Amino acid sequence: MELVLPGIGLIFWMTLSFLILAFILGKFGWPVIVQALDKRETKITESLELAEKTREEMKALQANNEQLLREAKEERDSILAEARKISQKMYDEAKEKANEEAQRILTSAKENIHYEQMKAIAEVRNTIAELSLEIAGKVLSEEMKENGRHTSYVNRLVDEIKLN
Amino acid sequence: MQLKHSGSKFFNIGIKGCIVLFLLFLMPKTQASGEKGADAEGFNAGETILEHVEDAYEWHILTYKDKHVSIPLPVLLIDDGKFHCFCASHFHHGEKAYEDYAICPLDGGKKGRIVKVKEVGESMDSAALVEAKVFPLDGRQLMVDTEASLWDISITKNVCSLFIAIALLLWLVLAAAKNYRNRGELAPKGVARIVELLVVFVKDDVVKPAIGPKYRKFLPFLLTMFFFIFFNNLLGIIPFFPGGANLTGNIAVTLVLAACTFIITNVNGTKHYWVDIVNTPGVPWWLKIPLPLMPLVEIVGVFTKPIVLMIRLFANITAGHIICLGFICLIFIFGNANPAIGLGVSPVSVLFYIFMSALECLVAYIQAYVFTLLSAIYIGLAVAEPHHELEAK
Repeated sequence: MELVLPGIGLIFWMTLSFLILAFILGKFGWPVIVQALDKRETKITESLELAEKTREEMKALQANNEQLLREAKEERDSILAEARKISQKMYDEAKEKANEEAQRILTSAKENIHYEQMKAIAEVRNTIAELSLEIAGKVLSEEMKENGRHTSYVNRLVDEIKLN
Repeated sequence: MQLKHSGSKFFNIGIKGCIVLFLLFLMPKTQASGEKGADAEGFNAGETILEHVEDAYEWHILTYKDKHVSIPLPVLLIDDGKFHCFCASHFHHGEKAYEDYAICPLDGGKKGRIVKVKEVGESMDSAALVEAKVFPLDGRQLMVDTEASLWDISITKNVCSLFIAIALLLWLVLAAAKNYRNRGELAPKGVARIVELLVVFVKDDVVKPAIGPKYRKFLPFLLTMFFFIFFNNLLGIIPFFPGGANLTGNIAVTLVLAACTFIITNVNGTKHYWVDIVNTPGVPWWLKIPLPLMPLVEIVGVFTKPIVLMIRLFANITAGHIICLGFICLIFIFGNANPAIGLGVSPVSVLFYIFMSALECLVAYIQAYVFTLLSAIYIGLAVAEPHHELEAK
């Protein structure tokens, strides 16, 4: 019977000390602990998020690096190709120019030769004409003494020789 | 539990004790002062167990050759507005009266508690004497002074144990708090590790799911409650001096704890909570008008919730103590019949006692958990906003 009858003294002390305990722990104990736990929890969460983010960034960075490398390679290749092309072009141009020059020199040489030839021919003709004339003169002087029309005939003959 | 210290008093054990053990609560306790002589010779297991389970004015440590070794505690009485303070050793373990006060040996709700007594006078007639229940104490015929207004706020064994537990708890939690303050966000060290384990459990697995978003306001109270119950349960399992008091198995203690829950629940009750009590939704109207059956049931429910809390903790812890004591008492019961049988029984008894103590450790935790969880659920129901409940439905 006494077991289930609460004693007033114990109720009094229990109420008093439990309230004091709850007050002290509620003021100086639990808030500190709970705050620290919360802080740590947020810190851990943030750290995990940060780690995740960093990993993502690293991945992105790596991808970026690869991209850059690839681009650089491509650029290098393109530059090389370009250079090769330019050099080829320059080579070709130089070759062409040289050809042209050679051609030109050749042509001019030919022309010169032709000109000299013509000159020589003209000279030869003139010389031939003069010689012919001289011969003819000499011949004719022999004959002219009687007939002058032979001179024009001889000239006409010389012209025919040139044309041939 | 502390029984093994109770020594030679139990050497002469009667078969009566065996019956007492098994019919512990059925047997009418007729162990009045007249049987004092029989008590010294026989062993009354029921009385022994109850003695250990109940509160006392001194902290009994052991009895050696009929000599009681115990720590006497201060007795504080307020009698008719006057304050009295003296040492409990004046009662000589209940064998003597001091001034006008004595530890009542009579049954009927006052047994083992201090009462104001008066000597039986010549002028009283026999009819009045029968009513008043006379008992002899220290060679005098005494009777309980029923007219006295006596407030007994003595520092009893349980109060003493309560102070020890509170000092321990204060040290533990404040040390842990200091640790957190000093170490900041670093991992906890020392006692803080134990405290953190329990705090995280109570916070994340008990209070947060039970109360919901408003849980922070109630967290300190529920944490204090959990730690208080858990620690006192554990202290109760320790069989010798600093522990062993059946504090959480005392109805006064569970009454105060349940009252705290009751007050906090109803003070923080929202309008919605009260409306639900008076006008329960989802119930046919004829259960409310003209006879307010449902509101009546709901209002009764408001009170039964904390009462159930009170009884559950009290009954669980007390039952555990009684079973543990019972196993130890078996040794003395059998030993009383024949010392050889007692010796034979003792290993079995001790084994069972160890098993029960281990079980009690589990119960200590479970009961603290259940009390806190139910308190949190009751508070959670009281502070819930309507839309939360609708969501739940």
